[in-house]
Amino acid sequence: MKRTAPLITRDDQFFWDGVAAGELRLQRCARCNRMRHPPAPVCPFCHSLDWRVDRASGRGTLYSYVIPRHTPIESGGDPVVVALIELEEGARLVSNLSGAAIDEIRNGMPVEVFFADFENGLRLHQFRPARR
Amino acid sequence: MASAIPDRALIAGIGQTEFSRNSGRSELQLAAEASLAALDDAGLEPADVDGMVTYTLDSSGELELMRIVGVKELSYYSRAPYGGAATCAVVMHAAAAIAAGAANVVLIYRAFNERSGRRFGLPQGPAQVSPSGSFWWRWYIPFGLDTPAKWAALHFQRYMHAYGVTNEDFGHYSVACRSYAAANPNAYFYQRPITLEEHQNSRWIVEPVLRLLDCCQESDGGVALVITGRERARDLRRPPARIAAAAQCALWGGDIVSDYYHDDIAGMPEIGAIGRQLWTQSGLRPRDIQAAMLYDHFSPIVFMHLEEFGFCGRGEARDFIQSGNIGPGGSLPVNTHGGLLGEAYIHGVNHINEAVRQLRGAAVNQVSDVEHVLVSAGMSGLILGRWS
Repeated sequence: MKRTAPLITRDDQFFWDGVAAGELRLQRCARCNRMRHPPAPVCPFCHSLDWRVDRASGRGTLYSYVIPRHTPIESGGDPVVVALIELEEGARLVSNLSGAAIDEIRNGMPVEVFFADFENGLRLHQFRPARR
Repeated sequence: MASAIPDRALIAGIGQTEFSRNSGRSELQLAAEASLAALDDAGLEPADVDGMVTYTLDSSGELELMRIVGVKELSYYSRAPYGGAATCAVVMHAAAAIAAGAANVVLIYRAFNERSGRRFGLPQGPAQVSPSGSFWWRWYIPFGLDTPAKWAALHFQRYMHAYGVTNEDFGHYSVACRSYAAANPNAYFYQRPITLEEHQNSRWIVEPVLRLLDCCQESDGGVALVITGRERARDLRRPPARIAAAAQCALWGGDIVSDYYHDDIAGMPEIGAIGRQLWTQSGLRPRDIQAAMLYDHFSPIVFMHLEEFGFCGRGEARDFIQSGNIGPGGSLPVNTHGGLLGEAYIHGVNHINEAVRQLRGAAVNQVSDVEHVLVSAGMSGLILGRWS
């Protein structure tokens, strides 16, 4: 599988460091305690520059999804499902859903994170149907 | 504070090149040809121009275009960001400059070889994804979400989920705009109407949202407009269009073609915000609009436009369209040139030219008794009025 590596900025280095370490990290304001994603250097609510990192549970639900039929990603035969995940902490993030049959995919289905390794040492967060 | 924009400026002239898949000439030449055509339409000379506005994405520099068409001195120039979101923003910038006395005659241009040159529809690499210029797209590329069709579809799927809308429902818009295009000699789909069956048989681009016939045509071409103050109306060659309202907006948490972060994404709140500005500026209501030119890079967004502007309720665009409202003789003919899907994708600005033709009574699919036309590009919008 070939994936394009993310463009990483100073403001989101912590997130990708987390992915490399097998953790889904979310940013939380150290003053007002509110979570924010995508990452930002300033709290949009109280304007504090101080923040900390929480480890997300990795659980969430499928908020939206699509199956691109013209995709540069090699997928070993299975179609790539692009998923908009709503984490139980409230953040939405784009990822992939695998391990679900196409006709079983539903908005709202419970999902959980896992980490997959791709070419050139790239590790990405991925989601699969939650194990009950 | 009341806006100073309404009814201070006019669209005095419109111009365009042919629209094609391979123009065979430079983007700068397309910009110049469209600009000279718009000035000629207005009955003005390049030397009359003292303002210029285009997209941040346009490759033709103001200084270069000035030199080759003979504009002598500018007192105002600006650019509007975020791709097609700039469609109506360029007119707002020009109208605001005129209302402020910063310029008297503003030339707007947008020209590109988007099919034969750099294609927008191809997968975007990291090089195109600068943190400042394209916002959060860098978060999507590694997951195979790397084209406008894919970005947009992930938003639209939530709309389908919320209201039980299917791809076949989108097909009714796709068919309606192609039937207008079939009568428009400038359109890619000229003399090529499509059926719903053909739409449903066209291949998936992004399942379950977009088929091939839901997607606009990457196109080569140029479009230009000339904006002047209303006191110039008597000097003009052709009837101008009143700029009854012009608005731009951005909302907290918004993103370009990938609006994933608002609380409710089964709509497009930016369009609602534009609508509130346009109705307030103009004093008009949806029932006062006789035709609408709605940004249609992909067919589902037309549904969001219709709902957010209040032409129908949330989730009701499907029935509004299938009842024939947007077609010939309907209550609100939409994209009567064929839209970006049926005519060409000149980044939205060809919608404004069609609005002016409707107000002049010069459109190929002319709507009767047009007083006001709404033009929207999601994050910018206009209400244009007939000059009398």
